[in-house]
Amino acid sequence: MNNVFVYCEIEEGKVADVSLELLTKGRSLANQLKCRLEAVVAGSKLDGVEKQINPYGADVIHIAEDKSLYPYKTLPHAKIVKEVFQKEKPCIGLFGATSVGRDLAPRIASVLKCGLTADCTALEIGDHTDNKTGKEYKNLLYQIRPAFGGNILATIINPETRPQLATVREGVMKKEEVTGNHNAELKKVDAAGLLSEEDFIVEIIERHIEPRKVNIANSNIIVAGGYGVGSKENFALLFQLADVLGGEVAGSRAAVDSGFVEHARQVGQTGVTVRPKLYIACGISGQIQHRAGMDQSAMIISINDDPGAPINQIADYSVIGDLNEIIPKMIKYYKKNSK
Amino acid sequence: MKKFNIVVLAKQVPDTRNVGKDAMKADGTVNRGALPAIFNPEDLHALEQALRIKDKYPDAIVTIMTMGPARAAEIIREGLYRGADRGYLLTDRKFAGSDTLATSYVLALGIKQLFPVDIVIAGRQAIDGDTAQVGPQVADKLNLPQVTYAEEVLSMEKGKIIVKRRLERGVETVEAPMPVVLTVHSSAPACRSRNARLLMKYKHAKSVSELQEMSEDYIQLQKDRPYLLIEEWGASNISADTENLGLSGSPTKVRKIENVVFKAKESKVLSSDDEDINGLIKELIENHTIG
Repeated sequence: MNNVFVYCEIEEGKVADVSLELLTKGRSLANQLKCRLEAVVAGSKLDGVEKQINPYGADVIHIAEDKSLYPYKTLPHAKIVKEVFQKEKPCIGLFGATSVGRDLAPRIASVLKCGLTADCTALEIGDHTDNKTGKEYKNLLYQIRPAFGGNILATIINPETRPQLATVREGVMKKEEVTGNHNAELKKVDAAGLLSEEDFIVEIIERHIEPRKVNIANSNIIVAGGYGVGSKENFALLFQLADVLGGEVAGSRAAVDSGFVEHARQVGQTGVTVRPKLYIACGISGQIQHRAGMDQSAMIISINDDPGAPINQIADYSVIGDLNEIIPKMIKYYKKNSK
Repeated sequence: MKKFNIVVLAKQVPDTRNVGKDAMKADGTVNRGALPAIFNPEDLHALEQALRIKDKYPDAIVTIMTMGPARAAEIIREGLYRGADRGYLLTDRKFAGSDTLATSYVLALGIKQLFPVDIVIAGRQAIDGDTAQVGPQVADKLNLPQVTYAEEVLSMEKGKIIVKRRLERGVETVEAPMPVVLTVHSSAPACRSRNARLLMKYKHAKSVSELQEMSEDYIQLQKDRPYLLIEEWGASNISADTENLGLSGSPTKVRKIENVVFKAKESKVLSSDDEDINGLIKELIENHTIG
């Protein structure tokens, strides 16, 4: 009862990355609340799915298996999740902010009459005192999200209703395996018994899902390198930084033309235009063609050994020095300071 | 020919590209009065889908429904200029401060007044909140199936609608029985422009509250041409339960708002020293730039 639940999305037999990221976040929330972390999986051919989830520390996995449950359809999945939530009464329910999660979670919130916050960028536990009534609430889920086209950052709470539901985009939370062996208790959900004909009135006639491609345009955090990175090998550092921050690597045209990274990652006038929350420009001088593709980023950090590089004019922070020294320090201090 | 009854859900939204300093009230809700108001972009895509159905089935009735303050009548007029047949404005002080759950409750009750309805079409999400929740929640409240991320209606035959959906990494074609709720993705065709003839026809369309400030001549004009009246419904017209409305019907509360737009863009120059890098990372974590 009153545990943290994560709805795990399945695509081609694999638990989606966003769900694993949510399990990692859910694990830390559950630890703080001293409760259990439970996963809900619905799909077909789920044999061994627990092996994918166990490393992320779920205590219980609710498995609804039926050949009708894959690919995802709104009504049957909504019924399964609703039934599990009504029975288990979670305090928190997390969904990926994907075309599945954003289709499913609102229906769950509506049927359970509880609050849902979309596209959270941070989730924290905290207390709250209602200004009007003076009533105190302990251990609420702070659902932090940008709103108003990114002009404000709002902290949303659901003081009275449970579960507290939130969706989070892929790449926002970091995915991290727990230490030691973890074996979740498996609980079967009687999918066939719960579902009836009326849940299958919408039929999928055709479905084409493209393989996962590099998509820097959707990334909240971009670590970009220019000619100044020096070599393809040096780009490995940028990949490491992007990996720990949960971002993507991009390159300037000069870096792409020099073969340091592939064209799909090119930012600028002849590449992709990006507007991430954070753009880290490493060894990029900042020609106008490059700036045209990234100057709408919410925050820009430049790492360059040339204090006079044009990129520094639009950067919020200019770190002057050798990127081979600076990037490892950023990784080190990120690991040290992040929870 | 089938006379499809189509309801388009639309929202008047603050233009988030032009946010001013007084955009938020002290209680954390949006101060809509201080912002330029526009027809939510994806709701225009939704209107276009409805109008395309009407192109094919000219007997179809396209109704725009919106919940909002009195001035939201503006977007109903905008819809009439583009080809909608009529509009309803759900407006009541009791609706103020609604989150998506309370909003979907009101919209669902409004739609029920127009039953039997074949299709409810909404934009996927509104640019002020970007939640994409109201469409599915209306579907749940009406106990209807939903097709989200719709890009194109392929056919409507024998009580079934076939819709192409745009997913993150692909497309899906689904068949759903009507009545159904669709939410339309921004990749769907843009809305047609205003039609000059319709603009002339509807430029004097006014809502009940707008009429109160108009001259006698105007009121006479409305009597002669009843199609110029934009109907308004309050909580009592849709038999709404007060406790499900506005702030009391909204489980989500705003605890805190931080303004991120007006921070001066001053560039800080740092060195590669440990102290500088550590400080930078700490700042980024504190202001939620990185997790």
